[in-house]
Amino acid sequence: MEKVESRAEVPVTLTINGETRTALAESRTLLAYFIRENLELTGTHVGCDTTSCGACTVLVDGVPVKSCTMLAVQADGHVVETVEGLDKDGVLHPLQQAFWDNHGLQCGFCTPGMLMTSLALLRKNPNVTEDVVRHAISGNLCRCTGYVNIVKSVIEAGQKMALEEV
Amino acid sequence: MFPEAFAYYAAHTLDEALDYVDQYGYDAKILAGGQSLLPLMKLRLAAPAVLIDINAVAELTGVTETDGQLHLGALTRHSTMEFGCWPQHPLVAEAAQQIADPIVRNRGTVAGSLAHADPAADWGAVLLALNARVEVRDKHQSRAMPMREFFIDTFTTALQPTEIITRVEIPAPPAFGYVGGHYYKLERKVGDFAVVGVAVTATLDQGGRVLSAGIGLSAVGTTSLKATGAEEILVGQRLTPELISEAAQVAASESSPFGDRRGSEEYKRAMVQVFVERGLLAIAEGGSRVTVHSA
Ligand SMILES: Cc1cc2nc3c(=O)[nH]c(=O)nc-3n(C[C@H](O)[C@H](O)[C@H](O)COP(=O)(O)OP(=O)(O)OC[C@H]3O[C@@H](n4cnc5c(N)ncnc54)[C@H](O)[C@@H]3O)c2cc1C
Ligand code: FES
Ligand code: FES
Repeated sequence: MEKVESRAEVPVTLTINGETRTALAESRTLLAYFIRENLELTGTHVGCDTTSCGACTVLVDGVPVKSCTMLAVQADGHVVETVEGLDKDGVLHPLQQAFWDNHGLQCGFCTPGMLMTSLALLRKNPNVTEDVVRHAISGNLCRCTGYVNIVKSVIEAGQKMALEEV
Repeated sequence: MFPEAFAYYAAHTLDEALDYVDQYGYDAKILAGGQSLLPLMKLRLAAPAVLIDINAVAELTGVTETDGQLHLGALTRHSTMEFGCWPQHPLVAEAAQQIADPIVRNRGTVAGSLAHADPAADWGAVLLALNARVEVRDKHQSRAMPMREFFIDTFTTALQPTEIITRVEIPAPPAFGYVGGHYYKLERKVGDFAVVGVAVTATLDQGGRVLSAGIGLSAVGTTSLKATGAEEILVGQRLTPELISEAAQVAASESSPFGDRRGSEEYKRAMVQVFVERGLLAIAEGGSRVTVHSA
């Protein structure tokens, strides 16, 4: 996107979960709202809306980003991944399965952000320790679980992903 | 929440970005990581008419090392400094991993932090301690200034509205001897801004004498501060417990914190003293002890 005049609506095209989609956005439209309202993918949550909680975390070109603090026009031409892209043909991603098996969620509000942050971490290195996981998810707040089962879930998912890679 | 309407111009080259700032001046803001600017705009505390996005300007990316000197492009993210390996600059990674949280660090930039000039930010103190230089440019010329001339007041720097920060230069430590550096940050919770932050670095010759010393302070003044009096006491001396204690006291007296709900003035001053002492003791012991943070 080169130039967007104030209040003008322009088409923003991005690859989201492998699919190329286009929708209109103003320059001030935030990526989180673009994903939720314009692309109708409501798995990405808005919690604090002040860059603190990480519920809105998505991957942009593979990197976790708080989508409430990035403009939709900045994602034009980029590759975005959200929680909706995790399962394949109804089969849960190892991360989702591990969260299910270990009670890594209660209300589930933080879960999309937790999953996307953890996905980026495990893609880099699936063999993670508790310490590494705790540091990696320190930008994702959970008000329910006390984190213990989230950390357990991420470690277990990593072990499964490491096996799948071999 | 969403910001006031604005025009969005994405620059693809530095020249293009400089043309835009030249044209729009006070009405425009550079958009780097957006991790300070966008939250302010969402709260309507800032409402620039034009945003100039520099994220696609390749000339502003990358970190290079020549003869121990580090050149940081203006778009260098906090996470790049956190995961980079520069053994001659132990302070940078230790400090970078304490800024905000990992997701904010993926976007936030070193130059953005400097331009924002929050006295509680971490890079200001670190780069003051390291005697870094800031390179800025407008459409017509470029200039460089030492960090200690960069901060004017809270949220105010020597940067003109038609200028862009292009690079930050961290000088090489002396070619021989031992380099130590630590960043200590007292925070209310993980990922928060500093209640008090202290960057300490020193290079020692083989006999343990201080060749150079740097002490930077966060959140204890109207800008990030450089404790020059304490630095001067150290140079040429051995790091004895008495000298360390004296330097820590001087650094505390050079700070000028405000009491607020995070701590009283006396408390913050005392914490400066504790952290300077802790940092110098760790360097004296040759300790490459990994100190994530303390409280
Ligand atoms: C939840 C949260 C916690 C945080 N905690 C900390 C913390 O603990 N410590 C800390 O230090 N910071 C913290 N920050 C701030 C963070 O480090 C920001 O990344 C940084 O302050 C701004 O960098 P940016 O690249 O995001 O700049 P932006 O937000 O894009 O811009 C900030 C300002 O700098 C200007 N600017 C940016 N780049 C340039 C340039 N090259 N030339 C001229 N002007 C420029 C912009 O116009 C704007 O005025 C936190 C932020 C958040 C959201
Ligand atoms: S909604 Fe984006 S960080 Fe909380
Ligand atoms: S499960 Fe409720 S916030 Fe995390």
